[in-house]
Order: sequence, then C-alpha cells, then structure tokens
Amino acid sequence: MDRSQGRVTRLAPESAGDGQTVSGHRGLMLEEKLIFEQDEPGRCGVDLPEPAAFASRLGGLERKQAIGLPGLSEPQVVRHYTRLSQHNYGIDSGLFPLGSCTMKHNPRLNERMARLPGFGDIHPLQPPSTVQGALELIHTLAHWLKRLTGMPAVALSPAAGAHGELAGIMTIRAALEARGDARRKILVPESAHGTNPASAAACGYAVESIPANARGRVDLAALEAKLDHDVAAIMITNPNTCGLFEPEMIEIAAAIHAAGAFLYCDGANFNAIVGRVRPADLGIDVMHINLHKTFSTPHGGGGPGSGPIVLSAALAPYAPLPKVIEEGGRFRLVEQRAGEAAESVGRLKAFHGQMGMFVRALSYMMSHGADGLRQVASDAVLNANYLLASLKDALSPAFDGPCMHEALFDDGFLKDTGVSTLDFAKALIDEGFHPMTMYFPLVVHGALLIEPTETESRQSLDQFITVVRALAQRAQAGDAAHFHAAPRLTPRRRLDETAAARKPVLRWRAPAPLKAAE
Amino acid sequence: MSELKFSKDHEWVRVDGDVATVGITDYAQTQLGDVVYVELPAVGKQVEQDKEAAIVESVKAASEVYAPLSGEVIAINNELADAPGIVNEAPTEDGWFFKLRIKDAKQLDSLMDEAAYTAYVEGLA
Amino acid sequence: MRYLPLTDADRRAMLSTIGVASIDALFADVPKAAWLDRPVDLPPHQGELEVERTLGRMAAKNLPAGSAPFFIGAGAYRHHVPAAVDHLIQRGEFLTSYTPYQPEIAQGTLQYLFEFQTQVALLTGMDVANASMYDGSTACTEAVLMANRVTQRSRALLSGGLHPHYRDIVATHARLAGFTADMAPPDVAGDEDLSALIDERTSCVVVQNPGFFGRLCDLRALAEAAHKKGALLVVAVTEAVSLGAVQPPGAMGADIVVAEGQSIGNALNFGGPYVGLFATRDRFVRQMPGRLVGETVDVDGKRGWVLTLSTREQHIRREKATSNICTNAGLCALAFTIHLSLLGEDGLRRLARLNHARAVELADALAAVPGVTVLNDSFFNEFTVRLPVPAAPVVEALAARFILGGVPVSRLYPDAPTLADLLLVAATETTTTEDIDRFARALREVL
Repeated sequence: MDRSQGRVTRLAPESAGDGQTVSGHRGLMLEEKLIFEQDEPGRCGVDLPEPAAFASRLGGLERKQAIGLPGLSEPQVVRHYTRLSQHNYGIDSGLFPLGSCTMKHNPRLNERMARLPGFGDIHPLQPPSTVQGALELIHTLAHWLKRLTGMPAVALSPAAGAHGELAGIMTIRAALEARGDARRKILVPESAHGTNPASAAACGYAVESIPANARGRVDLAALEAKLDHDVAAIMITNPNTCGLFEPEMIEIAAAIHAAGAFLYCDGANFNAIVGRVRPADLGIDVMHINLHKTFSTPHGGGGPGSGPIVLSAALAPYAPLPKVIEEGGRFRLVEQRAGEAAESVGRLKAFHGQMGMFVRALSYMMSHGADGLRQVASDAVLNANYLLASLKDALSPAFDGPCMHEALFDDGFLKDTGVSTLDFAKALIDEGFHPMTMYFPLVVHGALLIEPTETESRQSLDQFITVVRALAQRAQAGDAAHFHAAPRLTPRRRLDETAAARKPVLRWRAPAPLKAAE
Repeated sequence: MSELKFSKDHEWVRVDGDVATVGITDYAQTQLGDVVYVELPAVGKQVEQDKEAAIVESVKAASEVYAPLSGEVIAINNELADAPGIVNEAPTEDGWFFKLRIKDAKQLDSLMDEAAYTAYVEGLA
Repeated sequence: MRYLPLTDADRRAMLSTIGVASIDALFADVPKAAWLDRPVDLPPHQGELEVERTLGRMAAKNLPAGSAPFFIGAGAYRHHVPAAVDHLIQRGEFLTSYTPYQPEIAQGTLQYLFEFQTQVALLTGMDVANASMYDGSTACTEAVLMANRVTQRSRALLSGGLHPHYRDIVATHARLAGFTADMAPPDVAGDEDLSALIDERTSCVVVQNPGFFGRLCDLRALAEAAHKKGALLVVAVTEAVSLGAVQPPGAMGADIVVAEGQSIGNALNFGGPYVGLFATRDRFVRQMPGRLVGETVDVDGKRGWVLTLSTREQHIRREKATSNICTNAGLCALAFTIHLSLLGEDGLRRLARLNHARAVELADALAAVPGVTVLNDSFFNEFTVRLPVPAAPVVEALAARFILGGVPVSRLYPDAPTLADLLLVAATETTTTEDIDRFARALREVL
C-alpha cells in the first residue's frame, strides 16, 4: 500500500528572475496582506447607531480587555476579499478532474432559490404552522431521494457525508443491540475513503480490512473468509474508489445478510449510476448521499456539505431525528425520541439539517428531472471513459477495461523518469488545471484518479487530454527539472509543509511592542 | 556490546548491559520523508515486543513504531520535541527515540543483525 | 439540457473513440436485476422559470422573520448581514472552489481561513482555533470526545444550562460510542452546583455562557474545581455576538471553547448551514479535530499558507483520526470572516451593546404585562419569562397574529411539565421599539 504521498521536496530557492516590481504585485496577480496588518483603530465597515444610555444587565461580566480585531472600511474589506478570491481556482475557472469529489458545475439558479426570504429568513424553531413550505420542501427532497435510490426511508439531518456515515453506522449498531446481537467489527475495503474507518471507529467498532482482487474489486472469497458472527457490517463504495462497479454487489449483500450483518454503502460515487441503477436493487441497507457531489451544491472551498442517508425498512426505525411527516397535506416535525420515533438513535445535529443545501439540491433535481438525471450518469461515465481511452497509451491505467465515472491510473508511466505523481500534478497546475486526485486510493502506487463529471464539454476534455499527453511525453523524455520546479506561474510556488508542521503558526499574533529608541 | 540489531518493522536496537536504545533506521526515515513530530511513550511505561510504542509523523503520514523488545521505558529523547529533523539527519545516533530496560534478553535472538537487515531491505525494493 | 454540454454528435464521436456501440456497454458490470431501462418515476426536466415557480410557491407558504415582529433565539439569531458579504461569497473563486489541498492555487481560501482562525481565537480568548466545524452543536460533541481523549477518561458532565439539542447530541454519541454523559437537570434558576459533581472519573464539564435560559455566569470557580480533579472545562457559546460584550470563556479558565458562529455573516436558513467555532489551548492542539491552516513560506521565500497537522485527520489516520470529519463550514466561515472584518473591534462592541440594549428594552416591556415575570437577573440578548399559562398555545396564538413571539421551552423540553409555562425570548439590533410594543400588546390580549 502506497502511503508515501510523494516525499516533500527539499526546497531549493531559485532566483526570482526579471519581472520584479516595486509593488510586489505581478500584473493582475495582486498581493494582499492579512486584515490584521491593515488595522487602524477607529475605522469600521458598518454604521450602527449607538444605543441611548441604559443600565447594563450583564451581571458584572462585561468584557474588559480589547478583543484585538482590526478596523477596516467597506472598500478595504471588499478589495481584500476580492484579491484573495483571485488567488483561487474554482470550477467556474476550469476543469477540476478530482476523482471522488464530483466537481460539477454549480448552477446559479440554486443560489437564487436558497436566498428567497421564504427559505433563507426563517428560523428552525418557528411554529410549524408558519413554515409549512419549508417542511414541504424537505419532504419533497426526501421523496426524490427515496425514488432515486429505491429505499423506503431517509434521514436528512446529517451535515456532511462523514456525518451521514456516522449516522448510518449508528443505526446499524442500534438495530443489532435491539435484537440482542451486539457485534464488534466492521469490514472496510482497503481502497475505502478514510472517513469510512474513521466513522466506524467513532462508533466504537474495530475495523478490519478486506483486500481488493487483481481486478480492483472487493475479493468476495476474502470477504466470506472474514465474515463471522462478530461482523456488524461491511462498508462498500459502489462504484468503488477505483472508479469500477462492484459486479458482485448482490452476492456480497447476500453473504452479509446471511451472516446477520448489514451493508453500508458509501454513496460518494452516486453520480455514476444516478437514474440508471437504484442502490436498493443491489441489496444495501443504508447509504449516505453527498448533496455537494452528485447534486451540485457548491463545494465552497471546503464546505458546507450535506449528507442525508437512505435506509432499508429494517433500519428505518433507528433513523436519526428529526423527521418530517405529512398528514393530509399538512407537515409536522418529529423532534423527540418518543412514540413513533422511540427507537431512533436520537439527534445528531441541532435543528433540522442543512436546509440551504436542501433547497439547492432540490432546485438541481427539478431542473434535471428523472430524464436529465439519467443523462447525468450517462454523460459522466462517457466523459470518464473518453479520457481513459484517450490517455491509456500515454499514462498507465491501473486496471483493464472500461471505468465508470472516474478513471484510475498508477505512476507506472513515470517509472525511471525521476518524476513523481506529485511533481506531475504540480506541472499540471502551471497549465491552468487543478490536479486530479493523487495518492488515493491507497491500493495503487502513486495513484492519479480523474473524474471529469458530465458538465465538461468535449472541447474541455480534448484540451486536458492534449496537455496531459504532452506532460507525460516530457517526463518520459527526461525533463524531470521542469516538473521539480513546478509550479512557477501561480500566486505561490511550492510551500514548505514540513516547516508548517514542525513549528505550527496557526494564527496571527500582534508583534511585541518595540523598545523605546535609545 | 554496541552493534545494532534490527526488527522487520525497521527499528534498530543498541544494547548496553540491560539497557536498549531504540530508534528507526535510515531506510525508514527515507521512506517517511521529513519527520515533523514524534510521539514518545511516557517514562515508566511498560512496552511489549511488536506492540506500538511510539508514533513518528511526516507531513503526509503517521507511522507506528513498534517496540523491538519488551521492557520498561527509562528515558526518552527530549531533543526530538524541538528538532524532529534529527531523526532524518542522524537516525541511528542523535535521532534515538527511547531507552528501555530489557525484560527478556532472549528476545534479542528474534532480531536481525546488520547483514541480515540489509538483505531484507534489498528484498523489499 | 442547459447544464449538459455534450451534444448527440459529441456522444457518438466519443463512443467511437472509446470503441463501444452505446453507453449501455459501459454499464456492463451492472447486474441485470439492478438495471433500470427507463427513468425513475419522477417528473421530467424543467426550465428555470418552472423551477422558480414551484419553489417560489413553497417559499411563499413560510412567514419570513423579517416580515413580522420576531423574538426567536434558542441557538440561532437574526442579525443584519451587510450587503457586501453575500456578494463576496458568491464570487466563483470562493463559491465553486475546493478544499485547499493544492495550496499554490488556493491561497485565497487558506489566507481567509488563517484570518478566521485568528478571529475565533481572539473572540474566545483562547490560544488556537481550527478552520471551523459543521456547527456549534456538533463542535460541542467533538469537544467532549476530545476531552475524553486528552484526559483518558470517559465521563462527561453536562450543565442544565446547555442547549437541549447540544445535550441530546452528546447523549446520542454516549449511547452509541460507549462513554457516559451525566446530565444536570434544566437550570432555569441558575443555581446548579456542578463543582460538587466533578470527580476523578470526569473528563469534562460542559457549560454554556450565556446559558440556554439566558443567564450569564462567572465560570472561574467552576474552572478551578474541574482542574483540581484533572477534568477539562468546555464552554459553549450559542450567540457569537455576545463575545463582543461579555467576558470570553478563555478569560475564565476554559480549556475548550465551542460556539455557533451563525450570528455573524449567516442567515437563519431554517437551521443550516451554520458554522461551528472550535478553540483550545496550545498544549492540546494535536488532539484538536478539524482542519488547521498554518503559515509558512514558498521556495521563493514568500509568505503563504497550507493545511497543516494533517496527521490528526481521517484522510491520513483513518480509524485512529481525532475525528471522522472531512468538510468544514467553508463558505459559511468565509461569510463569518467577512462580516467580522467589516465590524472590526468598534463595530462588534457597538453591535453587542445594541443587542443588549434592545433586550433590556424588551425585558422592561414584557415585565410590564400583567402575569408575566422576567426570570433573569442577567442576560445578553435573550432571557426567560414565566407566563401565567402554558407557553406553547400562547406562541401559536401570537403566530396567528403574525408575531413570532419566542420559543416555548416545552418545544425543547417536552417532558418537563414544570417548564411548560416558560417562554424564551430574544432581541437583536434588528428589533425595533415598534416590534416590542406590538409584542407586548398582543401578549396582553392573548393572556
């Protein structure tokens, strides 16, 4: 298993060369200090009235010391964050071939819908009679997710995919304990995303690894050998993290169920099969869906996400709270572990879930409809296979045969070039692309995992193919120096991550006052 | 006697009487990359052969360091807190991790000598 | 379909390059039993106009907080967010960017997160903060799990002044992840004595300030009591604006501070997405969950930022990670940072003063209503009143008059009949004197 992640290159400073400016800016690439370094006391970007004098009722707990926040005007703040944004790459800028992330276009209609006052300006604890439309939206989204997955139940409160994993594992644990059959192990393929074992461990389970076979799929015989009565569940990603469909999924489900265990499905790769395959028909018991992957809610530089889970009839009673129930056209919230929800694992998040992401996801789903969503999966798989077919002689595919929505390569094509997967990715940055996912999954050496998604045009893919082929040729021609020095054209070049980890500086601190001049 | 003995998990041991000094090998530090942090056992802790005794971290990985012998930890290398890079620069000298009082000298027989370890590492390539 | 760039001509050409006759051939691994040969039973695609109509109709069935006198808090607060915030967060380079794993092309994200971490540390009075968690409630549970790890103990003690949802979540984890969470009963009077309950098995004491019922408390004595027994003090803050006026938990001995940051930069959004703040002392930093951004330099010696101390996280440590968390609050953290940059020191302090002033005005107005008693001797912008009748029907009656008059405590504590006559009310800088008058008048009518 490759854990090397590419050794951090020892930094060898080069001369900055010509192109030096007085300002430190480089054309439109504008440098920007921290807000704390632009502070001037007395400046403020918000006009607020000063309240008339009154007797404080803070119980003597007034904040005495200065907080230390800098004062800036609105023009300065707008310029600050505008400049910062210009140092970023986004899906709006160009292709993000990140395997496992599904970086598809983020429709702006979704943003407009989420900002309707009827959705954005309502409090979760308003009387339900005043938020029937919000509850209706949640109920509608739940309906769409159930139809698309074929599962009878859904819980919308988990805040992100990993949170959904945790919720799903908790329902499994609750179900086993309810039948007096507490078990201690969960099986996880070695190709799994790190959140899988982390979520299992967070729920108190020991994690055991299942190897992949030579075709990159779960080794059914190895799985059956590990299946004893202490196994609570297996966590399977399908399509898996190598971008391949698990063809023996139904057999795996049967084996798991025969052993009295449950099948957790990681739905991160749902984009490959949405509208074409229903996970229920594969025998799953519970699955999380990443609304920020398949259903286009924006990645926002790292969040927020949303990770609803769909559940089988066996696990439905244990679903986390709250629930939205429809009765005769009216909607109500079930918020307590009592009565109809007495067996629920309980609450995992304050309030009702990531409503802002629900609105965006439903807007996306309605825009595509059943026919459009089916086309999404088709085009996602087509685009990935087009890349695979066009790059398979230039790079080294990890497995034979077609892929699903993402194509996996290993670093075999870089053998003896002195160029690592990391170096290759950094050179790609200079060409205007965000690199593909690197060094994941761990089952392949120096992995490069490429997921174009369905929102890339053929022209965009052709441009990417041209660049990747040229870089592969350049590496094989022996020009390792080009790769080691990359990137050169970005706001910052390679950064010293070793120093950042050895002597962490995690915040700005006011410099110590200078000594008075002699 | 201060020749080094080696475990298959790339730890080295230097024995002096009933005290063993433990660290990771040059091969291990090369594989790991720049060491950024070392989590050492507490002095007084009982460690068991082949069980986790310490953790060594690089930027992108955290590796368990297993005790090559059983015994009680009697000293830890406090230099590593401020200068973890010593593990890369001098893995078998200043980059030592901890010292232990050997519980069972017979366990030394299960370790490799330098020649055997060198052959073992070559076989891994 | 407007979001799908491939034309039929493209598809044909691409299939030809791949060397298969149809898309279906690429799904050959799917077993026949799971094969769908037609779209699922859901409506077909729609243009923007139709989607807007459908969702607009749903939105119109809700009563927005801005359309009525509004006094609801209980963990989410209505504040005015300056126009610049929403414009800036919608820049494509922020909205559509990814986690900053490639720092060379993500310095924008990394720099604002570094600024965010600094702001959170300053606000809470602590040494170091992470780059945000999902929300305050999940951050609170993560703090308990962290305290368990740091102390190597497994018994958490939760205050009766901690938000009931936050308590419920810790209870869920305790039940299913195998540790103990002792809950003190709801602390309406503000007279609970947790010190007496701390012993050598306690990993942490978790309190909230201002408390759920609004009260402010000096935590220094409790901090000492906890530390004497080797336990940590975890303090939750559900109204981030309060930190502009109230002593921060860091100045009162807290070891971990968690907060809901929604009040700054983020709309109510019916409960999410919000932004969890998480701060602690330097000596605990390697046990902290969540992303961390650190300062460094690049090959040219220029200052820059990177994600750091990643070995705590799931993508490296897998089952031994400090948490399973992957996403942070991203764009919500950015909104928080921008709003706080606009406010600055003077602005935040003034905003906090305004909030408190409005709440004082509200308290005086409600105390003058016959039968209504304000229970708090101290509060920031939220407090508890006792009504002469159960509060839940009163809130419904007020809603029928288009007044969103607070939260009945029974909504969050349905099994506590002694709390049924309690109403939790909040005021912010968006509350006007006219709103307060209408509320008081309506309350008089309803009671």
